[in-house]
Amino acid sequence: MKNITSAFLAAVLTGIMIVPIFGLQLERKGINTEIVPHWSIVLWGMLIVFAVQLVKPYLFKKRPGVRFNLPRVPTLNPKSTNLLLGLVFVAAIIWPFFSGRSQVDIATLVLIYVMLALGLNIVVGFAGLLDLGFVGFYAVGAYTYALLYHWAGWGFWEALPLAGVVSAFFGFLLGFPVLRLRGDYLAIVTLGFGEIIRLLLINLYEFTGGPDGISGIPKPTVFGYEMTRKASVEGAQTFHQLMDWKFSTMDVVIYLYLMALVLAFITLIVSNRLVRMPIGRAWEALREDEIACRSLGLNPTRIKLSAFTLGATFAGLGGAFFAARQGLVNPESFTFIESALILAIVVLGGMGSQVGVILAAIILTVLPELARQFAEYRMLIFGLVMVLMMVWRPQGLLPVKRPQVEIPNE
Amino acid sequence: MQEFLPQFIQQLFNGLSLGAIYALIAIGYTMVYGIIGMINFAHGEIYMIGGYVGLVTLSAIGVNSGVPVPITILCMILIAVAVTAVYGYSVERIAYRPVRGGPRLVALITAIGMSIFLQNWVAIGQGSRDMAVPNLMPGALQFTVGASDFTVTVTYARLMIICVVFFLMVGLTFYIKNSKMGRASRACSQDMHMANLLGIDTNRVISFTFILGAMLAAVGGVLIALTIGKLNPFIGFIAGIKAFTAAVLGGIGSIPGAILGGLLLGVAETMAAAYLSSQYKDIVAFGLLIFILLFRPSGLLGKPEVEKV
Repeated sequence: MKNITSAFLAAVLTGIMIVPIFGLQLERKGINTEIVPHWSIVLWGMLIVFAVQLVKPYLFKKRPGVRFNLPRVPTLNPKSTNLLLGLVFVAAIIWPFFSGRSQVDIATLVLIYVMLALGLNIVVGFAGLLDLGFVGFYAVGAYTYALLYHWAGWGFWEALPLAGVVSAFFGFLLGFPVLRLRGDYLAIVTLGFGEIIRLLLINLYEFTGGPDGISGIPKPTVFGYEMTRKASVEGAQTFHQLMDWKFSTMDVVIYLYLMALVLAFITLIVSNRLVRMPIGRAWEALREDEIACRSLGLNPTRIKLSAFTLGATFAGLGGAFFAARQGLVNPESFTFIESALILAIVVLGGMGSQVGVILAAIILTVLPELARQFAEYRMLIFGLVMVLMMVWRPQGLLPVKRPQVEIPNE
Repeated sequence: MQEFLPQFIQQLFNGLSLGAIYALIAIGYTMVYGIIGMINFAHGEIYMIGGYVGLVTLSAIGVNSGVPVPITILCMILIAVAVTAVYGYSVERIAYRPVRGGPRLVALITAIGMSIFLQNWVAIGQGSRDMAVPNLMPGALQFTVGASDFTVTVTYARLMIICVVFFLMVGLTFYIKNSKMGRASRACSQDMHMANLLGIDTNRVISFTFILGAMLAAVGGVLIALTIGKLNPFIGFIAGIKAFTAAVLGGIGSIPGAILGGLLLGVAETMAAAYLSSQYKDIVAFGLLIFILLFRPSGLLGKPEVEKV
């Protein structure tokens, strides 16, 4: 009986929530707005909730003693880890040559997110500094290349290191004001910072092209040879002429993929090494307890700044690559949703766990692409997945297992 | 110089009405933060849903149906408040309660997910295009100041916002101060664990906080829809961030702080739009936030947080 009452109550609440949004849909007829009722949706919604609430206690009955053992990253010895990593890398290199164009395109996108998420992982996962404005550095990197090309005619390879440096500088700049802040204040200031960068990009019309952005950004060259049908400079040799191939756009797609792979791989290696260095240990110490960290004579200022700067550097490199791949940049690509997505990847993967982050990047990028035909419901499902994942598995897909000793309590 | 004063008064009214809305939303943020220490990112969406429910009610009543305008507006507000109260309760119950007590980041991600979900929920139900909201209160209060020719124009809708928000704030302050629930919620924000030990049903207090916050945000949503005259499913996000900024500005966890922060932010933004450039108003808002946090990290009226080992 108690079940039925609570299920009934849930159904009524659902009804109240659905009626004004789905039950009474507003439609514009000329200058008037009219209401078109859809009662069946409301009834179905209520019925489903009623049924689910009724059977839920039986479905999710807590069985004492039975606990799911969460899969963790299996610990391998360094040698086999390296071997495995090498195998995956080789497979990832060979794979695009036997694959379709759209798959390779999506894979490139995944790799960009892997790179960004690994960068953010340094700030959030290792150093425990909640950064909601990460996309700002990504934007800085992308615009550095775009602007250098637009105003000075720089190529990708010259601009790439500078994009990293400029982003690092911005990370350093942001690092200063936030040094004194903790937790949620930090989150909101970084969010504000990311928004300020985006708003500046929109409003500095003469310099950045405003909302239209900058287009016609060239793709990266291969050792100075362009990957285009015709060379942009009269008389120059293009890559396919050099290799005596027939020009195909697929080559460009694969080339971009391989570049993204190399960039992501470098990010992985560097951040993997960094955590094992004293600075990485300091990040983790800071995350666990700032006061203890200070008492042990570590300098929190330097630790925080280094985390911000390094994270921003990777975002900047990713941004420059993004600009080159898209051929155009505009402020639309750097909204808060993007920051949320990257953060979701890091948290979903299991904070600080690099394998988890890569897995989560794949899931969160590929799933929405697969759901293209439900374009309308894409973001709805994305939001729902984010909530459900956090409710069911807050520690992430593959949480890291740290070497630890537990002192028996009794 | 003669023109300066009346123009300033004009902008002050615009800023105060905008700031009043920010204050309404900011209270929801600040109360939730004060009690369970999480940023409820979906709060801005509740405000947007309030606006939509108001518009649906208005369309159901009909614009020229002969029902007096004040009653129509009252109906809109009441129904919007009722529906969003259910939303506030359900969101807390379904999404936030299971992750409570976990790491902060998890709660934050859940809230961001909820925000994305609710935006698209409304976008699918009511369409993602702009909806026009008919103007129920045409006309404006006009007056001149001193010997200048500049007429200060304050639309009735904006006046209504300022009045309604003023009375709500007074009521809320009394309620939190004197009622049993208000006392319980203050106790929870001081020490949740202790409050629980003393026999306060903390789950109920948390639900109450979410419901109260949602109701205030809904009032804001209805009022702003009537004033600006359009709605879309994505207005909640930026308004939410601004309101959160306002809450941080005033010192998060403090209700008077949220009101002060909201009003200050609204005025600062309007002044920036008027005297600098309208495009820079958001930059000014966020810049102000960073500036305040640099020099007063606990906000204007907040107590400095002392971390104990």
